[in-house]
Amino acid sequence: MKVLKQFFIILSISCVGEILNMFLPLPIPASIYGMVLLFVLLYTGILKLEDIKDTGMFLIEIMPVMFIPAGVGLMSSWGVLKPVLIPVSIITIVSTILVMAAGGKVTQFIIKHSNSTEEDSKIE
Amino acid sequence: MNDFFSTSIYAGVVISLLAYMLGLYLKKKFSLAILNPLLVSVVVTILVLVAGKVDYDIYYEGAKYLSWFLTPATVCLAIPLYEQFALLKKNLKAVLIGITTGVLTSLLTVLSLSLLMGLTHKEYVTLLPKSITTAIGMGVSEELGGYVTITVAVIVITGVLGNLLAEPICKLFRITNPIAKGVGIGSSSHAIGTAKAMEMGEIEGAISSLSIAVAGILTVIGATVFSNLL
Repeated sequence: MKVLKQFFIILSISCVGEILNMFLPLPIPASIYGMVLLFVLLYTGILKLEDIKDTGMFLIEIMPVMFIPAGVGLMSSWGVLKPVLIPVSIITIVSTILVMAAGGKVTQFIIKHSNSTEEDSKIE
Repeated sequence: MNDFFSTSIYAGVVISLLAYMLGLYLKKKFSLAILNPLLVSVVVTILVLVAGKVDYDIYYEGAKYLSWFLTPATVCLAIPLYEQFALLKKNLKAVLIGITTGVLTSLLTVLSLSLLMGLTHKEYVTLLPKSITTAIGMGVSEELGGYVTITVAVIVITGVLGNLLAEPICKLFRITNPIAKGVGIGSSSHAIGTAKAMEMGEIEGAISSLSIAVAGILTVIGATVFSNLL
């Protein structure tokens, strides 16, 4: 029953997310509404971690598998990709690397910087 | 083989899982970045379908039940986020500035490379939402008048690439802080990259999950502005 109950809670939140996505005129998908909602429920203590954790962590663990159908779907978009393959590949590869590096580097810089000023102020 | 796949709705799931387990086995055996289980499973499944002359639509009839779990799984990303919330709060400024940097880098790279390679406006807006989660990215592409099918394909490729390159890129650019890794991965390669971040660690995964949501929303606004630039 434990897994069933946990799965029920997770699906209910997904369902509420879909309803929000249907009625709110924002380009935000159901899953993001659901993520925010679950966070709020946990944060306010309405849901306890143990109410969802086992099933939730299992779903997260097998998440890569859920992307296989989308990845395999590339075989049917080959026709539309082929004419623009070279520019699209270059842009995709270059921007993925640059975005990851820039986002990570800037975050790391600020964390290091703010931690060191914190320590400085402690010394003072 | 088409007949077999259309008779059995489990065939699509079974072949996908089998290919994924093969990927896990190869990764364990050879520990090479290119032997990423997701990449291996996609390639192997495509090869099997092509060899057996199975249409994607027939395969998807069964395999769609795997995609069915995506929304609940994404909802559950709130769990690591909640567990790491104290850490996030302490580094909120760094995380938000980092994600914003990621989003701007994405838009600026797409703009400058599109200019450089002479892409049309329609091709350009197709690529603008490439780094964000599919559900938001499709909407942006549609709104701006892009080729939605290409957008979806590019988003998936970006995700797989991010999943594949996360560790080497962090090493190459000496990104060692787990929060910084999470920001980089989540803002560059959305949920598919986040699956990798979850493997790297709880903190990486939690921050990467947050980055999907924030980068997605920032890109909706940013892409609308950037769409006027080419």
